[in-house]
Amino acid sequence: MKRRRAIARPDRAPPLIAVCFENAFIMKHILGIFDAHHKTTGLLATATVYSPLMTPDDPDLTVRARGLTRRYNTHLAVDSLDLDLKRGEILGLLGPNGAGKTTTMQMLTGNIAPSSGEILIRGHDLLESPTRAKSCIGYLPETPPLYRELNVGEYLHFAARLHRVGKAERPGAIERTMQRCGLKTVARKLIGTLSKGYQQRVGIAQAIVHEPDVVILDEPTVGLDPNQILEIRALIRELGREHSVILSTHIMQEVEAVCDRVQIMHHGKVVFSNTVDDLRAGHNSRAISLRLHRPPSLEILRSISGVAAVEDRGSGSYLLRFEPGSDPTAMLVSRAGTENWGLHQLVPAHSSLEEIFAQLTGSENKS
Amino acid sequence: MIFTIAAKELRSLFASPLAWLVLTAVQIILGYGFLKRLDDFLQIQSQLARLGSPPGVTELVAAPIFATAAAILLFAVPLLAMRLIAEERRNQTLTLLISAPISMTEIVIGKFVGLTAFLMIVVLQVLAMPLLLAVNTTLDYGLLGALTLALLLLAAGFAAVGLYASSLTAQPVAAALIAFGLLLAMLLAGDTAGDSLHARGWSVPAAFLQVFAPLRNFEPLGRGVIDSHAIACSLLLTAGFLVLTVRRLDGQRLRG
Repeated sequence: MKRRRAIARPDRAPPLIAVCFENAFIMKHILGIFDAHHKTTGLLATATVYSPLMTPDDPDLTVRARGLTRRYNTHLAVDSLDLDLKRGEILGLLGPNGAGKTTTMQMLTGNIAPSSGEILIRGHDLLESPTRAKSCIGYLPETPPLYRELNVGEYLHFAARLHRVGKAERPGAIERTMQRCGLKTVARKLIGTLSKGYQQRVGIAQAIVHEPDVVILDEPTVGLDPNQILEIRALIRELGREHSVILSTHIMQEVEAVCDRVQIMHHGKVVFSNTVDDLRAGHNSRAISLRLHRPPSLEILRSISGVAAVEDRGSGSYLLRFEPGSDPTAMLVSRAGTENWGLHQLVPAHSSLEEIFAQLTGSENKS
Repeated sequence: MIFTIAAKELRSLFASPLAWLVLTAVQIILGYGFLKRLDDFLQIQSQLARLGSPPGVTELVAAPIFATAAAILLFAVPLLAMRLIAEERRNQTLTLLISAPISMTEIVIGKFVGLTAFLMIVVLQVLAMPLLLAVNTTLDYGLLGALTLALLLLAAGFAAVGLYASSLTAQPVAAALIAFGLLLAMLLAGDTAGDSLHARGWSVPAAFLQVFAPLRNFEPLGRGVIDSHAIACSLLLTAGFLVLTVRRLDGQRLRG
């Protein structure tokens, strides 16, 4: 962060007064943004996909897509998708295979043209002025675009040049990126000889070497071992502090671990959108599954205060949904003891996200 | 940007054995041809001297070498050009270029410049042999210049065709075969069709058709005649196939 600022700062120090003015201006700006931020999160909490408060000129808004549609002959891969992304936000695109995640990302990065709809990247229209819009994006596709015959240093040098990183800043940018992605030890190795984990890191390095405002990562942890996955997730969280990140995955835990917001896609449509904090808040007191040897009647279970609904799953297995904000677990356990229900299993139900995912996309998965 | 991509292409070319093999093969074949021609020339030199205005060493030794080089390029360029786009597509590295803030035209021209720069090395290799003779004799530098230009234009045209073929498929070998087929078809059909059009007195269509007859465009320059029509046709062929390549890649982005 510090180094980045050092680079961004012009060589000549501006006069003090100018600095003060600038700071006042920035402060005002930040306050304004803060305001907008609160309003939008408020709306998002009620699962609104996008908010009318975010206008294209909002300096905090890095990606804005409206009515994005992509048709392959008769097949509708992505159907009028809306997407907003703010600075410092990590958005998880979740969905079963073939839901249109990759197509969406390819459209956002200009790799395929949408059949209809518009994309603004930091206010630049991707279709009208692609060069300017693309210079704000770093993209890691599903298969990292690596030239096996180059070594890591050469490759990053090429990527930096392609993304118009100035000649003077190039060595510093490459050095910093290698540091960040843990590539310093393999800088002079041919990419073709690296392990999958390192290749993935080179892919990510390529996407961030030019310090883009928006980083788009398509399934960045696929095929990595558990330790590498943790490392990559930590890296993504770190990226999310300065850049906006869009991340596609079909691993629920990944979204809960790194994302601020999640959109679930199914059949090319966004079927769910919410912040992860809200999901997490719902998670702890949402539902519990229990197994009883001698279950009482459903009415008795339902009558426990704080239980919203009871689902009989057969052979003494029940799913209890709780009322928001209440947790009747303790009461449940004590009554099971005194009334001798033969309680032998009590586990929190699936994470709420998993449940939502299964509900929204389940029919597809079963067939 | 164009230069960045061109430099990368050159680097990748030299990272593969193919480039070195081509350079070696060209040197061996042309070196043999050159020495053979030179030998023949030395034997008939005394008889030539009796002629009124005898053809010089440039005409009798250098010109055939350039013609042989043109024939070798017919085989070499499809092989060198095949991986330019096809391999990037197969390895899914094209995404890196398309996601970068550069236009499709810059990508295509960058790749074309990279390949043409390599082919210039081949041309210099060819040119170096007759230039060696300058130590002991005087050369016709005008003719030599025209020959070099002719070979360069031919190489650029072939490179553009090869690049286009490479943009059609994800299989480098298929791209090489397509390029070779296109070039061969142009060499054979382009010439024959031009002749038959001329025979019927349709000189305007024939003049247009000459765009697709690379050898016919090579020939006047090869004799030392600066034929602006031939040069224009060569450039048109190159530009035409570059435009087709850009359109092809853009079309893929649109239709996927």
